[in-house]
Amino acid sequence: MHDAVMTNHTAAKAPTLYGVVAEYDTEQKLLEASRQVRDAGYTRWDTHTPYPVHGLDEAMGNPQPVLPFVVFGAGLTGTLVALGLQTFTNAIDYQFVVSGKPLVSLPANIPIVFELTVLFSALTAFGGMLAFNGLPMLYHPLFNLPRFARATADRFFIAIEAADPKYDVKNTRKLLSATNPSALEDCYDPQDGKIPFAFYVPGVIAACFALIPPAIVYKMRNTRSPDPKIHLVLDMDFQNKYKAQSSSAFFADGKTSRPQVGGTVARGQLHDANEHLHTGKIDGKWATTFPFEVTEERMKRGQERFGIYCAACHGYSGKGDGMVARRADQLMADKKESDWVAPTNLNNESVAKQTHGELYNTATHGIRNMAGYASQISDEDRWNIILYVRALQRSNNAREKDVPPEELAKLTAQEFTITNGPGLHQRPEATPAAAPAK
Amino acid sequence: MSTATATTSPESLPDNTNDDPNRRPALVLGGLDATAVTEEVCRVNEYKTPMGWYIGFGISVSILGMLGLMIAYLFYNGVGVWGLNSPVGWAWDITNFVFWVGIGHAGTLISAILFLFRQNWRTSINRFAEAMTIFAVICAALFPGIHVGRWWLAPLWMAPYPNQMAIWPQFRSPLLWDVFAVSTYATVSLLFWYMGMIPDLATLRDRAKARWQQVLYGALSLGWRGSGRQWSVYEKAYLLLAGLATPLVVSVHSVVSFDFATSVVPGWHTTIFPPYFVAGAIFSGFAMVVSLMVPAREWFGLKHLITMRHLENMNKVILATGCMVGYAYSIEFFIAWYGGNPYERFAFINRAFGPYWWAYWTMVSCNVLTPQLFWFKKIRTSIPAMFIISIFVNIGMWFERFVIIVTSLSRDFVPSSWGYFSPTFVDICIFIGSFGLFMTLFLLFCRFLPIIAMSEVKNVLHHDAPRGGKGHGHDEHGGHEKKDDQSQSPNTVSTAHA
Repeated sequence: MHDAVMTNHTAAKAPTLYGVVAEYDTEQKLLEASRQVRDAGYTRWDTHTPYPVHGLDEAMGNPQPVLPFVVFGAGLTGTLVALGLQTFTNAIDYQFVVSGKPLVSLPANIPIVFELTVLFSALTAFGGMLAFNGLPMLYHPLFNLPRFARATADRFFIAIEAADPKYDVKNTRKLLSATNPSALEDCYDPQDGKIPFAFYVPGVIAACFALIPPAIVYKMRNTRSPDPKIHLVLDMDFQNKYKAQSSSAFFADGKTSRPQVGGTVARGQLHDANEHLHTGKIDGKWATTFPFEVTEERMKRGQERFGIYCAACHGYSGKGDGMVARRADQLMADKKESDWVAPTNLNNESVAKQTHGELYNTATHGIRNMAGYASQISDEDRWNIILYVRALQRSNNAREKDVPPEELAKLTAQEFTITNGPGLHQRPEATPAAAPAK
Repeated sequence: MSTATATTSPESLPDNTNDDPNRRPALVLGGLDATAVTEEVCRVNEYKTPMGWYIGFGISVSILGMLGLMIAYLFYNGVGVWGLNSPVGWAWDITNFVFWVGIGHAGTLISAILFLFRQNWRTSINRFAEAMTIFAVICAALFPGIHVGRWWLAPLWMAPYPNQMAIWPQFRSPLLWDVFAVSTYATVSLLFWYMGMIPDLATLRDRAKARWQQVLYGALSLGWRGSGRQWSVYEKAYLLLAGLATPLVVSVHSVVSFDFATSVVPGWHTTIFPPYFVAGAIFSGFAMVVSLMVPAREWFGLKHLITMRHLENMNKVILATGCMVGYAYSIEFFIAWYGGNPYERFAFINRAFGPYWWAYWTMVSCNVLTPQLFWFKKIRTSIPAMFIISIFVNIGMWFERFVIIVTSLSRDFVPSSWGYFSPTFVDICIFIGSFGLFMTLFLLFCRFLPIIAMSEVKNVLHHDAPRGGKGHGHDEHGGHEKKDDQSQSPNTVSTAHA
């Protein structure tokens, strides 16, 4: 870099005096001289050595660096950032339970805490070293001395600045020449400490270019565009295939969805001619009977299926108080308006007076918010469920005379259980004893 | 390529491998002083580029180009071009990752742990080893980056940033710990390496003749001028970085081993993995340093600085860690038997005598048997022997990772899903290509950066030098002839001692 400086030398005005520089050929001489300069009370001076000379800190009177404390603070910050990051992301913002472990699982957080502590500390140790040393500083007046090039190879230097309050053209030189230097000379600063003009032009150009990205972002944020967004990484977002309900230039009807081929039946769609079983109708009228003989086995099957598919909304007793309904009520409690349609109480008269066929039709195709269950529950099982619903309706609207005397005696002994109904998490044990439907 | 050394011919170098504490041998031979050290090291960068370098660089860049093509091919087609498939879903990609990360352990161990233990012999080799570390970690980072065949997924899914998917990474997963561990290790190693290099880059800057060198080294050295006040902060920062990097050396491969150890796959689910992986990493790292340093000191004429004692010390570390690795292999078998878990027992019997028996026994003979030769001093100090053994160790350590990963996966719990992994040409070319990447970076380093930590070596020259004229019972050293043209002060040091 010196050459660059030297070529500018002639163009510059009268160079200012930076200070006086002494060169030594051994570190022992440097240490001795440093002690003398230190004791003489100079403050703006420095030594320059090719390697860290043992004992120089003491000889110069350098203070203990504060860097370790800064690094300690950075390490602590890293610890807290890591804990905060993991707690916020995995326990607060996006809760995700793994193997039943607690959301804030400190043992599993240790590796990241350790890594970020070290990372923050190391970056600070390096950045702090540069900051405390005033680096990078690509130009320094001392670089003007050709002799100074050996400061990084095999020579030792002391430089006392002219700006030092104790600096004196005669006395300072006298002090240094008494320390047996191998050379002693003044150092001038032709640059005057100013940034050369040549640096401004690229600087201004770079600054202008740096404004372009934020300007583009600003424009994009504030304008609308009909163009689709730019996909840098396609990532299988766009595939060469037809999607349902889209148009096709290939098929004559212009649709990608193809109709069923004539004379074929899709898997699982082959039914026998039993209109009663599959549609709930007999000769076009809602059936009032079951398409099979009612047995206790079917009743139990219906109860089991009801517990799986229906109870979540309608509740185990069919009252419309399933977990979903109760949670929805909680969520809607403090809202004035809601589009929530509560599940029907299956024991209501409006349901009870419907025919078996109508209920079967509802289970098949759904009603209001309820989706049809034809795809999930087989035809036979839907009938079994209707059978069980009938039993629920009877037991929920039962009077004393509907109960056989010996059962009544048992029930009155357990009145507590009856009046309180089934517990929150408890399925009702009482199976309506084969309440025969018509 | 070998240039005549400045002061002595290599044959006349004295033996400095004795272990007598009363006669501590010299660390730098040939009577080098600070001036000569600067000359010797800078010459490597300042000489006209030798033809051998161009040839080596040309070969390395060609292999690197092949790597680039293979990765492009992988990205275009997806991971189907590799040989892995159910049940062996992890194969060469992860093997290569662990292999390279392991190699990347020697540098920081030498520069940080040996620094804290005041092992002064580290100064001649630490720069070299740190560079090797950084390039090895770059090669390692390549594989997780490409292992899903979509490079953008690895960084985008692992980085904790608010994203359009509205999800966060799962911090309880060892795979995420791995990302943090390896990237922290890479960052800290890079800082450590660069910071150590700043004073030496300043030396190159001050000696630079060509304009591009002045600009390059001027910018890289950040205006370092070796001021006493700068050194004061610098040394503190270096010590802090060494202290910070030391636990990192132990943690990185521990965390890598968690990828396996926290799973339930028989053969992976073992508590010995973290220490066993760390020992193996140091083992492979030192072997790689020896493999590279033996030719480098020959070609660059650095035998006074990287002496037989340095090489012997590294061979001793290889012997020690090789024994640890052998112990780990045997204790795994013992626990598999003693633990009484039939799946575990099967996994290990299958490892040694199943379809991959050849890989297992290659591993055992390379990693456990060959380093035992280093018990003999003759072999420990023989250049050809140590070079061959270090190559064997490198091969063995690659096979170790292959054995752990592939044998465990290929024999699943359900025999119907058993399989046998065979690599495709893409697998093989990408692995070879990673050596092209490594060697390209390494040759650039050897040509353009100071390959020996000059300022640290000068410090060692000084530290143990006789100052008051009284000797300290030092060993006799060779290379007394001095260069006349150097204006040396009367008490310039002629030798340095460990």
